[in-house]
Amino acid sequence: MAIDLNVNGRRYSVEASPETPLLWVLRDELKLTGTKFGCGIAQCGACTVHSDGAAIRSCVTPVSSVGTAQITTIEGLGGTHPVQASWVKLDVPQCGYCQSGQIMSATALLKTTPKPDDAAISDAMKGNLCRCGAYQRIRAAIHDAAGAAAPVPTSAA
Amino acid sequence: MNALARLSSTLRPTRRQTIIGATLSGGALLVGACSRSDILGLGAPKIDFGAFGPFLKITADNVVTVINKHQEMGQGNHAGLAAMISEELDADWSKVKIEAAAADAKVYANTLMGVQGTGGSTAIANSWDQYRKAGATARAMFVQAAADTWKVPAGEVTIKDGVATHASGKSATLGELLPAAGKVTAPASVTLKPATAYTLIGTDRVKRKDSLAKSTGTQRYTQDVHLPNMLTAMVAHSPRFGGVVKSFDASKAKAVKGVVDVVQIPSGVAVIAENTWAAKQGREALVVTWDDSKAEMRSSDKILAEYKAAVTAPGTAWEPFEGRGVTDDKPAGIENAQAGPDAKTPHPAEPIKAPVQAFETTYDFPYLAHATMEPMNCVAQVNGLKAKLTFASQIQTLDQLNTAMAVKTLPGSVEIETLSAGGSFGRRGNPTSDYVAECVNIAKHVGHDRPVKLVWTREDDMTGGRYRPMVHHAVHVELDKDGYPSLWKHRIVTQSFMKGTPFMQGKIDDTQVEGVKGSPYLKATPLVDAAVFTPTSPVTTLWWRSVGATHSALAMEHTIDQLALRAGVDPLEYRRRLLTKAQATRHLAVLDLAAKTAGWDQPMQAGWARGIAVHESFGSVAANVAEVTLKDGQPHVGRVIVAIDCGQVVAPDQVRAQMEGGVCYGLSSALYGAVTLKDGLVEQTNFDTYRVLRMDEAPLVETVFVASNAKPTGAGEPGTPVIIPAVANALLKLTGKPTTSLPFVKA
Repeated sequence: MAIDLNVNGRRYSVEASPETPLLWVLRDELKLTGTKFGCGIAQCGACTVHSDGAAIRSCVTPVSSVGTAQITTIEGLGGTHPVQASWVKLDVPQCGYCQSGQIMSATALLKTTPKPDDAAISDAMKGNLCRCGAYQRIRAAIHDAAGAAAPVPTSAA
Repeated sequence: MNALARLSSTLRPTRRQTIIGATLSGGALLVGACSRSDILGLGAPKIDFGAFGPFLKITADNVVTVINKHQEMGQGNHAGLAAMISEELDADWSKVKIEAAAADAKVYANTLMGVQGTGGSTAIANSWDQYRKAGATARAMFVQAAADTWKVPAGEVTIKDGVATHASGKSATLGELLPAAGKVTAPASVTLKPATAYTLIGTDRVKRKDSLAKSTGTQRYTQDVHLPNMLTAMVAHSPRFGGVVKSFDASKAKAVKGVVDVVQIPSGVAVIAENTWAAKQGREALVVTWDDSKAEMRSSDKILAEYKAAVTAPGTAWEPFEGRGVTDDKPAGIENAQAGPDAKTPHPAEPIKAPVQAFETTYDFPYLAHATMEPMNCVAQVNGLKAKLTFASQIQTLDQLNTAMAVKTLPGSVEIETLSAGGSFGRRGNPTSDYVAECVNIAKHVGHDRPVKLVWTREDDMTGGRYRPMVHHAVHVELDKDGYPSLWKHRIVTQSFMKGTPFMQGKIDDTQVEGVKGSPYLKATPLVDAAVFTPTSPVTTLWWRSVGATHSALAMEHTIDQLALRAGVDPLEYRRRLLTKAQATRHLAVLDLAAKTAGWDQPMQAGWARGIAVHESFGSVAANVAEVTLKDGQPHVGRVIVAIDCGQVVAPDQVRAQMEGGVCYGLSSALYGAVTLKDGLVEQTNFDTYRVLRMDEAPLVETVFVASNAKPTGAGEPGTPVIIPAVANALLKLTGKPTTSLPFVKA
């Protein structure tokens, strides 16, 4: 069936069965491949996009449920978003595969919580896996983008 | 030495000029009497690399493009390799770009392997001379070109940040000098800079070149490849290792909209569709009956019980891998495994003076999945006797050979466009190129007009094998009057992923025993008796970031802490005495640096404890001090100090990143990692059942370097294993309980 979508400020009409996850419509039909496939069951966060500004997992979002919501993908951030700038400044990515999802979760967090503390960052980001273990830099980059100094490693005591 | 370097040493031309040959009819790897270039070069197109050779290109806009012969899977090797060329060329670092090399072992072989491939933490180490020479050679050509143009002596021309200058005031960019430099004959030899002259190598100016692409969703991974007319395939694999297709009914699968074809291939039944979702729906509708007659039907508990029983069973086929002063050349199992301090000595050459204090322990390690963020995938197009692969190839030469066998063509006829990998940790490179051959077999069926993307779901990836093997260690140590080892008997039971492949060299598979073999603690022990037994199973296994060290580090380092506790000696001091005796100066240096940085002698807050450990792998030595507490009854790691000696550090911030990530990868496995089988079926299918480390559990890692100008050694893997015993040793302090099996947190 034909489904209308609003992605990154553009209107699309795609042909897809209604249960198709938004992820595969973005990737296979719209060729917006910045949004990644990681697990398919909302366990890893690699597929995170914004729906009306809130972070959602596109791998478990049926395309028919999107309706008139404004979808933003990593491509829609524009490339010069402060979060992206902090990511580059601190060389956050390693393999980089999870980073689109990380950045989409981080930008959604900063929208609602402009100066998050470590607990707020942990809470907002623990749904995004990074197997390379770039967590420390992801945390530092969020602080950096929020205009706060990155935390210095200190004794756990 | 490491797994890949070792396996590939078989392929090195120095060894009787033999090389793996691909039979064009048998479909099996054979060691044939052909030279390497004969085999690997057959069918390969001739490439013109330009004036400056295969490792760099320079264009008129002053951009230097460094050709990366290695796979970039996150480890940041591209930055280090580019820095080596940029340093010697005195290029403008801000204008250096990276490009992936073509698959061509004649020019892009890993110099420690003899084949083109990335692994064993060798990317920087094997390229150190090669890439610096490439840069220095190009520099000499530009210097000569400037001297000829300006009619001045070459010795008076200097180059800095991509600009050649002369005291007379003349200056030109490399781009401007390009036409003249390209005509200069490359010098036969060049002098490389001394480390004191470095302005880029070893500095934090060496940043990644791919951070922007990876922060904007524009980095191209295999999963992102969309080619004209491309089809997408998923494969139904046997749920049990060793199972094969008995029969299948494709009628419902073919009825799914978008499904193009269903075909049986050697590894299962492939559903070929117009897009990913259709392939997935089609596979779900597919009905396959499996023949389990040769499949692994055991549960992992049963397999482990058999490993344990083998230690004391008579007749176990032990292979000794380290021994000193022990006359029993057919070592039996560890006697009286549960007997405690009165255990008999196992036939030492000299009687051990009574009273003998003995210590015994065992360690169990589960199968582990690599669980890369990007599940395995590949894109292949087969056109008659030619094949084109577009994917994150890790060992290009093997992928060419295995593709050639599937297509029945020549390795040189297999073109590979190497993309960045969304992680590998060893998974993407393996002797049989499993997922690559699978994709090629589908593409061969589809034919030349349509490329095929093979997509593995997370479930395919998690249950797809090539695991870190399950391992059992049994350790029996006898102690002298001061509580230090006088005899060390060690037994390891684990599968081998090397034996039975053409890559096995010698009798012992070092990947099973490394880290016990070669341990300075064994060197410091008068009597040593160490042996390995290799059970077999259809469960496929593979190297997994840091390979043997993933288990040997805990077996050695946690045993040492338990011995120190018995002796009433501080674990740092206990180690120092043994390492001094073994003349392990690099171990001592990193240990002392980690301890000093962590404030080892300072007390910690109540409820916290520090654990220390040191381990050598991939030519580097790393020490960790981990600060650990219990949170809801589970270990929680606050801060980790990593001290590493990896020789000359080329890209310090990338080594730091590898230590940060390595600690997380090792800690993740130690806390939660386990693949288990129930009646042969893998119980973990996705991240909901295969738990991995998340943001709120990640420690803060602080990395310190031992200053060194020695040749670079590994950085991608040595940061992974040491955290495991460091945490176990902290837990021993906190709880008084030793760790005898991983993971720490049982499911």
